[in-house]
Amino acid sequence: MNDPTSGVTHLDIDAKESTFLDSSELILNMGPQHPATHGVLRVILKLDGEKVLGLECVIGYLHRGVEKIAENRTYAMFNPYVDRMDYVAAVSNGLGYCEAVEKLLNVEAPPRAKYIRVILTELNRIASHQLWLGTHALDIGAMTPLFYTFRDREEILKIFEKYCGARLTTHAFRIGGCLYETYDGFEQDVRNFLDFFTPKIDEYEELLTTNRIWVQRTRDVGVISGKDCIALGVTGPVLRASGVKWDLRKAQPYAAYKDFDFEIPVGTKGDTYDRYLVRMAEMRQSMRIIRQAVDGLPSGPIMAKVPKVLKPPVGEIYHSIEAPKGELGYFIVSDGSTQPYRVRVRPPSFVNLQALDLMCKGQLVADVVAVIGTLDIVLGEVDR
Amino acid sequence: MVGSLKRRFGSGLEALTYLGQNYLQSDAALLPELLQNLRDEEQFDYCVDITALHYPQRERPFDVIWILYSFPKNERIRVKAQYADGAAVPSAVKLWTTANWLEREVFDMFGIRFEGHPDLKRILLPDGWKGHPLRKDYGILQQDQAWVQINLGIESGQ
Repeated sequence: MNDPTSGVTHLDIDAKESTFLDSSELILNMGPQHPATHGVLRVILKLDGEKVLGLECVIGYLHRGVEKIAENRTYAMFNPYVDRMDYVAAVSNGLGYCEAVEKLLNVEAPPRAKYIRVILTELNRIASHQLWLGTHALDIGAMTPLFYTFRDREEILKIFEKYCGARLTTHAFRIGGCLYETYDGFEQDVRNFLDFFTPKIDEYEELLTTNRIWVQRTRDVGVISGKDCIALGVTGPVLRASGVKWDLRKAQPYAAYKDFDFEIPVGTKGDTYDRYLVRMAEMRQSMRIIRQAVDGLPSGPIMAKVPKVLKPPVGEIYHSIEAPKGELGYFIVSDGSTQPYRVRVRPPSFVNLQALDLMCKGQLVADVVAVIGTLDIVLGEVDR
Repeated sequence: MVGSLKRRFGSGLEALTYLGQNYLQSDAALLPELLQNLRDEEQFDYCVDITALHYPQRERPFDVIWILYSFPKNERIRVKAQYADGAAVPSAVKLWTTANWLEREVFDMFGIRFEGHPDLKRILLPDGWKGHPLRKDYGILQQDQAWVQINLGIESGQ
């Protein structure tokens, strides 16, 4: 070893100095272009072998400055922009924004408009959960659910298309109510969808719920306690899967939700499998709500009396709704002019993503993919 | 609740309601204790959001806003305090872990410093970016041309 010509002194295994062979920590970069990150999310992983010691999320690749744009548009002009945040649940975004501005203007949408809003929002929740299920299962290695969910999601998008002409970024609602009356046969279409979809959820569950590979890949993976969820501000199905029975539709009802009878599904362990079960149960509850709403759809106007030029009085409002991903809030400040002084969006995906570090610590690299999937983030909303 | 807060914090605190929503206008000096008190005594265990407002003509141009929610009481409250440009706002990360990213975003967008934050750096914009876009004096078309030219290799992002 002391022979100066050997040239291998740095491989002396008895040496006290650490060498590159001793080091078991590895920094691994994942993304931003990675099929399992559901968009452009970059995760820097610190690994010990296959075990995750910690990670850091790098976000902002899709930042478009939505909040800045809002300050330079009128209230009505900003409405379509919100659809581009969480683009798989555009209807929910629109509902939250319209209701926030309505509160600021002190107007209330008519009952019929509220019911139409509930029907479309809940359809959108199902569509969002379907997309989540398909992609999440694909990440974990089950390819078939993707085709099933996309096939069935198509039926919802067809209803959206017939209602307002758009499939994804719908811009379905206006401040004060809805612009479009339901088309002839709308109620029948919705009922047909419910009848069509009821056996389909059972089909998804047959594929996955008792599937041994699925259970092994999701049980005890990415566990988070209810207490940690609250400290981290995590909301939505992730919070409920950790055993906290909290849903804004029940806690602080908005739109017409207090008229409907539905349950809040909760989990017990807060692992990836529980979150899967909670979202599956939520789809069933959404169908219950839609059926009640279609059956009780009142007649009457769909638009409240709203001035052509919207000038809310000076003041501020925070309004939040239960979006498919969690609490989606709008904090709007008016200075009495036609343009908002400030619109702050409280995005559920952004806040939930912060929990990734905690949920992945001590897990395997392959589980990071499962946890990103189970958080159900949309990068358009994380980055805004 | 307002009574006990008033007794404890005195005249620096004003409790207001607009459109049925409660908010507290507070002196900046009261802030760390007020938030601590709201979490521990008044059970506001969930920090919904932290954000800011910019009023460039004011002497203390920034309003920092904490939106809190209490699970046991099913109640929301907003806390508002004014800060001068460059003033250090007490970080709430020790009270609510969620404040970490929310404060980073406020720093990124407004350039407000949070004292006691474990890792205050930009979150949505690139690290080397100059300027804070949600300040009112930042134009909607404005961007850091030098950054764009160096890092993207193009003349302009417009």
